[in-house]
Amino acid sequence: MRKTIGLTGDGAAAEAMRQIDPDVVAAYPITPQTEIVERFAEFVAEGSVRTELVAVESEHSAMSACCGSSAAGARTITCTSSQGLALMHEVLYIAAGNRHPIVLINVNRTLSAPINIHNDQSDSLGSRDCGWIQLYCEGAQEVYDTVIQAVRIAEDPAVLLPVMVCLDGFVVSHNVEPINVLDDQEVKDFVGEFRPAYSLLDTENPVCLGNLTLPEYFFEHKYSQAYALEQSKGVIESVDQEFGAKFGRSYGIVEGYRLEDAEIAIVTLGSMVGTARAVTDELRSQGVKAGVLKIRCYRPFPIDEVVAALKNIKAAAVMEKALSPGAPGPAVFSDVLGALYHKGVHVNLISYVAGLGGRDVPARSIRRVYEHLEKIASSGRVDRILNYLDLRGWQ
Amino acid sequence: MVQINNAIRKLDKGALPVWYEIPLGGTLVSEGSTEYKTGGWRTKRPIWDPEDCSHCLICWIYCPEMAIQVKDGKITGIDTTLCKGCGICAQECPRDKAMTMAEGGDY
Amino acid sequence: MAKMVEIRWHARGGQGAVLASRYLAASAIRENLYFQAFPQFGTERMGAPIVAYTRISDAPINLRCAIERPDMVVVLDPTLLKAVKVTANLKEGGAVIANYPGTVADLARELEVDGQFKVYAVDAYKISSEELGRPIPNTPMVGALARVMGLIKLENILAEFEEQFSHRFKPEIVQKNLQAVRRAYEEVQGL
Repeated sequence: MRKTIGLTGDGAAAEAMRQIDPDVVAAYPITPQTEIVERFAEFVAEGSVRTELVAVESEHSAMSACCGSSAAGARTITCTSSQGLALMHEVLYIAAGNRHPIVLINVNRTLSAPINIHNDQSDSLGSRDCGWIQLYCEGAQEVYDTVIQAVRIAEDPAVLLPVMVCLDGFVVSHNVEPINVLDDQEVKDFVGEFRPAYSLLDTENPVCLGNLTLPEYFFEHKYSQAYALEQSKGVIESVDQEFGAKFGRSYGIVEGYRLEDAEIAIVTLGSMVGTARAVTDELRSQGVKAGVLKIRCYRPFPIDEVVAALKNIKAAAVMEKALSPGAPGPAVFSDVLGALYHKGVHVNLISYVAGLGGRDVPARSIRRVYEHLEKIASSGRVDRILNYLDLRGWQ
Repeated sequence: MVQINNAIRKLDKGALPVWYEIPLGGTLVSEGSTEYKTGGWRTKRPIWDPEDCSHCLICWIYCPEMAIQVKDGKITGIDTTLCKGCGICAQECPRDKAMTMAEGGDY
Repeated sequence: MAKMVEIRWHARGGQGAVLASRYLAASAIRENLYFQAFPQFGTERMGAPIVAYTRISDAPINLRCAIERPDMVVVLDPTLLKAVKVTANLKEGGAVIANYPGTVADLARELEVDGQFKVYAVDAYKISSEELGRPIPNTPMVGALARVMGLIKLENILAEFEEQFSHRFKPEIVQKNLQAVRRAYEEVQGL
């Protein structure tokens, strides 16, 4: 039976995992992901899942165990945050390169130093080139729905790549909101049975995985992996549409909010999308033609969709919760800029880095970004490309 | 692209596979290593003594190149095109004379 | 236009404000309302002043940030009234609901409120001491808030608390908690 209950973002992720009932979960608890592991361990203890829960000694081991279990043909899920994702880093490449369809729920938290347990997107944005699909969720309902979708996307025979489902730490992970939970059987039917391409446990069809690949083959392997990631966009879209048709909720690759006739727009991902929507509504009621472009699927980067959404915008700001020190611009900004260049489209584009280390990104600050965009739109001149929201001493 | 490549491959049988012909994730689905004739690497050679051999097959298990030839559970000889002379078979053999290493690669 | 109530909770670490804010919010499901309940994200230590937030709305809530201008402030511990400026950024005409042993007039004087906010007092320590045998202010304060807010019927709050508490406590403890909620709902005094 479908029902609406109050759950945190972490709780919603754990509930989706319970209903998916994966073969293996190998995970190490870390703030702010902890509640996922705690809850899931309870599900294992009370016997409501048949999952083999591997309590590992580190995140490096967690991802290594996940690669092993996925290679053995087991449906595998893990979750982490921040330093945990960083410790997994080398194994993230192995999961993608060996084409293991693992689902990882990453509760976005900043990276040390200085040590800080709070939210920003430095961890997963820093892992953008590992070859994983990355989906960013705005709220807990989307987390629940996306974790279920992620299993199907990862295991699709045309994809066979790991998927990272990202949610903002605390802002989403620790906020209780009403979540519509599907019936257990509906989720089971939707995710179906995992049919691995190869399995190390299939002794009738022996395979050798993780082979040494020398210069005359390596490049071709990496390109075929990158190609699969590019092509996964169609699968991400079709799984989302099927989910929408069955359960009435879908999110798209990107979502334009009040963009049709917009002159200024904020492009962002994760929880900041929600606040930007609220500010847009307020500005619209005052006659300002504001809009929001939500990037839900960050890897593969949706070049066509982003450019189509922005091509008639007079001024846009990319807001992200991560720095790329020494780079021409932060990660998402650079990707949006690159996408526009791909299509030969010029938009007055600026960057706003916001909310590092858990600093709140309130509506009034997002209002100021729109004010900045209005100035650029009316003058047709970009005064400053790289901006830092609510940074003391920066003007 | 596929058609052009197939045409090239017809002309040049030795061409390496292009990116979309490569198995998923570099997985080997055949016993690929026996295609590499590592017999040319040998500087020492194993000498098998059928008189002393108990056919325990430990050498067969340990051989990294599938060079120990076996028929009906009995060792029949050494595939000299595969044996690279590493000496693991002689090292692991539990008997004195069943498998020993001799200097020089040639049989 | 959507109608939304934003509530800020002041308490000390360990008083159960986060839990109370979550249960209150969850009871909004029974009224088909939307909600958010989240702590202010800081380091939490037993006894240190903490802040939590609740939003309740008749439409889906898009905001994903702390509450800037609350409509209501709930204070779980009377000693916080001196330690923290609990009326900070409270909307003009907003309400302060405090666990307070004295009269509403005393509370208004202590808060230096003179008509710009509504003030409500309830002796949650007395109620919980009498009903539960321990001064735990979180459940009675939800009862007082429910009365002042008026958005969620008492019976729905009691039903939600009963469901949530029955996972954690014995039936008689659950009933004592419900009685504490009921009493605070009845006993809260307004100015």
